[in-house]
Amino acid sequence: MTLLTALPVILPLATAVAGLLLLSRPRWQAPIGLAGALALLAAAAALLVRTWRDGIQVIEVGGWPAPFGIVLVSDMLSAVMVTVAAAVGLAATVYSFRVVDAGRISAGYYALIHVLLMGVCGAFLSGDIFNLYVWFEVMLMASFVLLVIGGERPQFEAGLKYVALNLLGSVGFLSGVGLLYGAAGTLNMADLAVRVGEADADARYYTVVAMLFLVAFGLKAAVFPLYFWLPASYHTAPAPVAALFAGLLTKVGVYSLLRVFTLIFTQDTGYTRELLLWISAATMVSGVLGAAAHQDMKRILSFHIISQIGYMTMGLALATPLALGGALFYMVHNIIAKTNLFFVAGVVRRLRGSYELKDLGGLARAHPWLAAAFFVSAFSLAGVPPLSGFFAKFIMVRAAIETREYAVAGVMLGVGLLTLFSMVKIWTEAFLKPSPGGAVSEGAVGAASWVPVIAFALLAIAMGVGAEWWWRPMELAGQQLFDRTGYIEAVLGGGAR
Amino acid sequence: MNSSILRTMARLLASLLLLASLYLLWRGHNAPGGGFSGGIMAAAAFVLMAVAFEPMAGWRATRVSPLVLIPLGLGIALASGFAGVLAGDGFMAGQWVTVAVGDGVKLGTPLLFDIGVYLVVIGVALAVIIPLMGEEE
Amino acid sequence: MELLLAVTVGWLYACGLYLLLRRTLAQVVIGLALLTNGTNLLIFVAAGLVRGEPPLIGEGQEVLAAGTADPLPQALILTAIVIGFAIQAFAMALAYRVYRSVGSDDIDALTTTEPPPPPVAVQTAEGEP
Repeated sequence: MTLLTALPVILPLATAVAGLLLLSRPRWQAPIGLAGALALLAAAAALLVRTWRDGIQVIEVGGWPAPFGIVLVSDMLSAVMVTVAAAVGLAATVYSFRVVDAGRISAGYYALIHVLLMGVCGAFLSGDIFNLYVWFEVMLMASFVLLVIGGERPQFEAGLKYVALNLLGSVGFLSGVGLLYGAAGTLNMADLAVRVGEADADARYYTVVAMLFLVAFGLKAAVFPLYFWLPASYHTAPAPVAALFAGLLTKVGVYSLLRVFTLIFTQDTGYTRELLLWISAATMVSGVLGAAAHQDMKRILSFHIISQIGYMTMGLALATPLALGGALFYMVHNIIAKTNLFFVAGVVRRLRGSYELKDLGGLARAHPWLAAAFFVSAFSLAGVPPLSGFFAKFIMVRAAIETREYAVAGVMLGVGLLTLFSMVKIWTEAFLKPSPGGAVSEGAVGAASWVPVIAFALLAIAMGVGAEWWWRPMELAGQQLFDRTGYIEAVLGGGAR
Repeated sequence: MNSSILRTMARLLASLLLLASLYLLWRGHNAPGGGFSGGIMAAAAFVLMAVAFEPMAGWRATRVSPLVLIPLGLGIALASGFAGVLAGDGFMAGQWVTVAVGDGVKLGTPLLFDIGVYLVVIGVALAVIIPLMGEEE
Repeated sequence: MELLLAVTVGWLYACGLYLLLRRTLAQVVIGLALLTNGTNLLIFVAAGLVRGEPPLIGEGQEVLAAGTADPLPQALILTAIVIGFAIQAFAMALAYRVYRSVGSDDIDALTTTEPPPPPVAVQTAEGEP
């Protein structure tokens, strides 16, 4: 019996408790947050290594055996996602040091980040569909509060829209869980996979339930046509919070889609995959067109989140081991690049006091390092070799061609081109063109903001240059997702240690 | 609200509610009740005092912010999970001891967990409700 | 009984969705509450109704007798109620804050997050130390 699989949930909770207990001492908040984030990253990395070496890890909470008790399961998909989430949490914590104001800190800002991380890691590790719902809600509660604390009118308004939409998604999710339990009589995901696949199971009923899950997770993942809330809320949050949301929250929705549609709902793949294919294509195209239409840096980036989500769900729609591994590769690449773009946008805002492209300019000359970090992340997102995005898109396009979906491959390449277009728009407007107001007074940016920006830019380069090495765990994850028997056996088979 | 009937009854009812909430908490691991319903009832007692007198009327005697209850309760609940680890049964596995009172009272980590939930629920409820009442002035 | 409860669930969903589409903030919050309760009831009905057979293990027995009610949906509903309580409390507090800062409970007045953002909104978008 090992505790390691549960540590990514326990550590953030312990950190949050420590931070909230010492809320009256604002000076201690950041160090506690940093220590917790470092510990979380170490635990997540250890879990990743163990899952890579020893196969799928299962822990039965409270010692109750599956499928009756609650299990935490770490396969390669979960382990990779937890590790990336921990890295983003650490970067956001460091980035927050000089950026976040005293009001937010004394409202428990750093502790809330850890509550958010606990929800995210819990969702990634949960092997129980109802617990997935609970972790979703933990994550959402933390994100609601992070969005509105210390806020003004725009934050309240955005928060209300965000809360209402997410609550609606949660209702759909919970209805799906209830109907699933009513028919299958179990909540354990591996057990559900067995029951739903049984010969006498009513495939049509489960397809209806699957659609409830599709809507619920699709809303959280912001796929077409359920993405409208995202550009209306993310851009009002402070830069580190927006980066954390952009990097992680939608990806939890994508993760859940990947999980339930590869593990549980495999009874009617002809219909679900066709639907996912169309949704993914529509998401990619509508997101990138939205980005092309806007002039506010954070808003452009918000629309790009949407179009990138389409690539990941496309991996699910194609559903070959290559495509599923590619979806994970894409997710990791996207979290790194996207988070960093929001970091950069935050630095730009602090330097020049605006996100509007027409107010910006001359940043490449004044801040070559910032320009370099933006260049790497933005052009990685657009899929320029040898950066991480190139290989992510390469894998996806190849998976599409292998399954003879040539139109899909074409859409992917076209959207990549449009992504490049809007990144070039930010690049020329904010960085290359001369500053509109002549000489500008610049705000100060501390070293704490630079460290995560540079680190994530280096990661994006490393993921491109060492794509071969990064691909290996993702490839294994793709195979584990494609062949679900390994997961089912690890959870249900003989005592499961 | 200025009603002497409410004020007179509020003191009595609030103490009864608190007592009942402790009863619910105590029996919760094995019978209807538990940390959540107990916590909600205790919070209702403080809200009743708040309605009858002024927002902090019932709570002030504790001299701490209701917010402190949230991490305290979370910490207790988390700690109760580690008892199982120390005993070698795994995280969150229930541990029981029998105290020789009367027929023997079994005390266990589920009760500790419930106490944590109880505190969190009171903390969250009051942290949301009391500031809203204060703004009516 | 199943039919009655199923109709009730549908009615709660319908009312909740209708209120959600209204322009008044308070009605939206109430709509969300109705939806949450409808879902709780849905879990209860979907898992099957058993009358007068509480899931109690009799004296001297090791397992539940056949035909007793399933305790798990009740545990699920309880958890869902707790979560729903927290989120509704938060949504109410937030709706009140929005009402105070906007000065109106009309949803159509919530325009600061939509393009084009007025300069005031952009300046407050990020806290300064």
